[in-house]
Amino acid sequence: MRGATRVKWAVGVTVVALTAAACGSSGDNGGSSTSTGGSGGGIVRASWGDPQNPLEPANTNEVQGGKVLDMVFRGLKAYNPKTAKAENMIAQSITSTDSQNFDIKLKTGWTFSNGEPVTADSFINAWNFDTQLKNAQLNASFFSYIDGYDKVHPDTPGAKASATTLSGLTKVSDTEFKVRLNQKFALFPDTLGYAAFDPLPQAFFTNRQAWLAKPIGNGPYQIASYTKGSKMELRKWDGYKGPDPAQNGGVELRVYTDNNTAYTDLQAGNLDLVDDVPVTQLRNVKSDLGNRYINVPAGIIQTISFPLYSPRWSSANSAKVRQGLSMAINRKQITDQIFQQTRTPATDWTSPVLGDAGGFKAGLCGDECTFNADKAKQLIAEGGGLPGGKITISYNADTGSHKEWVDAVCNSINNALGNNKACVGAPIGTFADFRNRITSKQLNDPFRAGWQMDYPLIQDFLQPQYFTDASSNDSHYSNANFDKLVNEANAASSSSESVSKFQEAEKQLVIDMPAIPLWYQNGSAGFSTNLSNVALNPFSVPVYNEIKVK
Amino acid sequence: MGRYVIRRLLQMIPVFIGSTFLIFFMVYALGDPVAALFGDRAPDPATAAQIRHDLHLNDPLWQQYLIYMGNIFTGDFGTAFNGQSVTSLMGSAFPVTIRLTIVAILFEIVIGISLGVLTGMKRGKPVDTGVLLLTLVVISVPTFVTGYVLQYLFGVQWGWVSPSVSPDAPFNELILPGLVLALVSLAYVTRLTRTSIAENTRADYLRTAVAKGLPRHRIIIRHLLRNSLIPVVTFIGTDIGFLMGGAIVTERIFNIHGVGFQLYQGILRNNAPTVVGFVTILVLVFLIANLLVDLLYAVLDPRIRYA
Repeated sequence: MRGATRVKWAVGVTVVALTAAACGSSGDNGGSSTSTGGSGGGIVRASWGDPQNPLEPANTNEVQGGKVLDMVFRGLKAYNPKTAKAENMIAQSITSTDSQNFDIKLKTGWTFSNGEPVTADSFINAWNFDTQLKNAQLNASFFSYIDGYDKVHPDTPGAKASATTLSGLTKVSDTEFKVRLNQKFALFPDTLGYAAFDPLPQAFFTNRQAWLAKPIGNGPYQIASYTKGSKMELRKWDGYKGPDPAQNGGVELRVYTDNNTAYTDLQAGNLDLVDDVPVTQLRNVKSDLGNRYINVPAGIIQTISFPLYSPRWSSANSAKVRQGLSMAINRKQITDQIFQQTRTPATDWTSPVLGDAGGFKAGLCGDECTFNADKAKQLIAEGGGLPGGKITISYNADTGSHKEWVDAVCNSINNALGNNKACVGAPIGTFADFRNRITSKQLNDPFRAGWQMDYPLIQDFLQPQYFTDASSNDSHYSNANFDKLVNEANAASSSSESVSKFQEAEKQLVIDMPAIPLWYQNGSAGFSTNLSNVALNPFSVPVYNEIKVK
Repeated sequence: MGRYVIRRLLQMIPVFIGSTFLIFFMVYALGDPVAALFGDRAPDPATAAQIRHDLHLNDPLWQQYLIYMGNIFTGDFGTAFNGQSVTSLMGSAFPVTIRLTIVAILFEIVIGISLGVLTGMKRGKPVDTGVLLLTLVVISVPTFVTGYVLQYLFGVQWGWVSPSVSPDAPFNELILPGLVLALVSLAYVTRLTRTSIAENTRADYLRTAVAKGLPRHRIIIRHLLRNSLIPVVTFIGTDIGFLMGGAIVTERIFNIHGVGFQLYQGILRNNAPTVVGFVTILVLVFLIANLLVDLLYAVLDPRIRYA
């Protein structure tokens, strides 16, 4: 029959077409793994997400852009990928006698990949640029400790800057400059490993647009090509003189819109490294990858924060309700069942990556963060019960699959209180809307919060979030004792003294419970048999320069 | 005919203005995009104010709209947050999605219509029942399921194709995603064609054609198919716009950086220029596709030409 022939013909076309596609793709595989550049072996093909903002050191505040800065730049200090300790990189020494005036000496011999030397000016010019209001850099507030910041970057909207340079920066010579802070801050040198403090070459200032299209840095890699939204090719920079040169020929970052696809590509041998194993694959990942699956704590803590400005949560007794809610959450069960042990139940407000010396203290929160249904019920009753008899927990529904765990947390609370209407999840459409409602104080009930550290310091976990009027104090928590202890910690003469003061301050959080610590988030990654020596740093970013390609 | 085309083209102007304003208004209603730029960190007020100023977010909505439209007529669709101009985003996204759509439409036409003709002419036979059941299954299984399953089978299990599409997205890599994207519409095309054909096999003109002793392929193609295709053409025409805008799921699964992906990003980040720009183009695509469908009617059925 005619019709039948037509079907055969259509099937035939499909088969031919699919075969053609198969040929095309296998050609691709060959291409990318054999195109090795120079010495040091092959190219690492890794998954990537599209950076939210242009790649400028002080304008990048999320992981995806941060990854690239980490490969292309080196700052005064760098965080040891294993211990999280801040170690001198370009800095020869950073000294201070009073925790307020710092003298920074630079090592000689460092250059940008275009040959320009890294001098004191590379830092001073960059920092002055980063803080100027008209440049609207998202990370400008990181420089707020430096004297003169309020002149260059007045904090009230609409105010005009009265200076274009930070008065706290003084150049001594090409290899030395001084920094004066507007308050004592003992841990200041340790913050200098953060990407916002990276130096910038003259090329950035002469032609910013060209620089943004293909950033030039001073790190172990240089950018060979950058197609925004799809791919970045990084190649080992042979002129790099630092202590941590690339062990591979380069890294090819491929943008994936769905981490499931990245994982599928890894299984198909199309990709070497995924640094975000999708939740849906966690059940199979061990059998799929065996010891090529990495699951280690990262500097991220998840909490449920309370809007303390709302009359629902500002009464004298409501701290008891918050403590009770904390005790009603069965963290272990949720991290085991929903997160397949890719989260660790939290027992303080920091992260295990800090280590004991850095200020992490397991169990600091004590009973208040331990599941105890009876005690929870009792505390909430003593505190006057849940405001209005029930609460909601807000979360953004667009990314991060928060629904599952918020529902589980509510379930846990409802079970503890014996009331299945006590707590419900309240999804908010987009992250943008969610953040808007938080920053404009529109939420009246608890909301999910996540804190990813900027630098591995206990200060970064406590001060921005809980200090009175601090930049990320979403609960608008304010406690005089906490503030006093933080100020003392910052003014301390040694870092160990500073850390113990911070821990004292942290104990105030147990009493007031402005945010319930839920769990520490782990970084997860999987890699192909082509790679070895893969590890995640404390920021849960792969240590790309140490990866070896077979 | 000429006047008809001109009238249709003129009608596009108010539709264009109205739809862009509505989209602009809706994206605006989603809220302020600035807070999300700062991630989990609260924005520092001065920087936020500076960004709002740069993006004209402090102006009243109608003024923002006028500024936006004014820029569009000079060819400037604004800037996405990653610093890329929306026109360059379109330049990279539309060719990819157009290729994907072409593949999908080809699947619909070739497989859909031939299956429809086959089943329509063999009503009640096992082939008919089998294909009907198959289309029912295809319609009821969500695209993301078929997408992931086919991707896993063809990409990982058998290794015939690469599970993801490379940035250049050449035609040969788009065959599997195109099939996945086309599947549901393909099933509808099959069913539509089948019904239409089944109806027309009993028509007088067909009986006349058979009686005249015309060759069978001529009867099917010139007489039966041509008259049965009008509803199918309508469907495929509207489907062009639908496929281009609705490829979000397929593009995500196969990591295709096309229109769906850019729209998704734009919505996620409350980026008005991206969303409005892309949707504006999609509206134009819809309008033009509908115009083409109306013109095609006249080709298929001369009676419509004079109406």
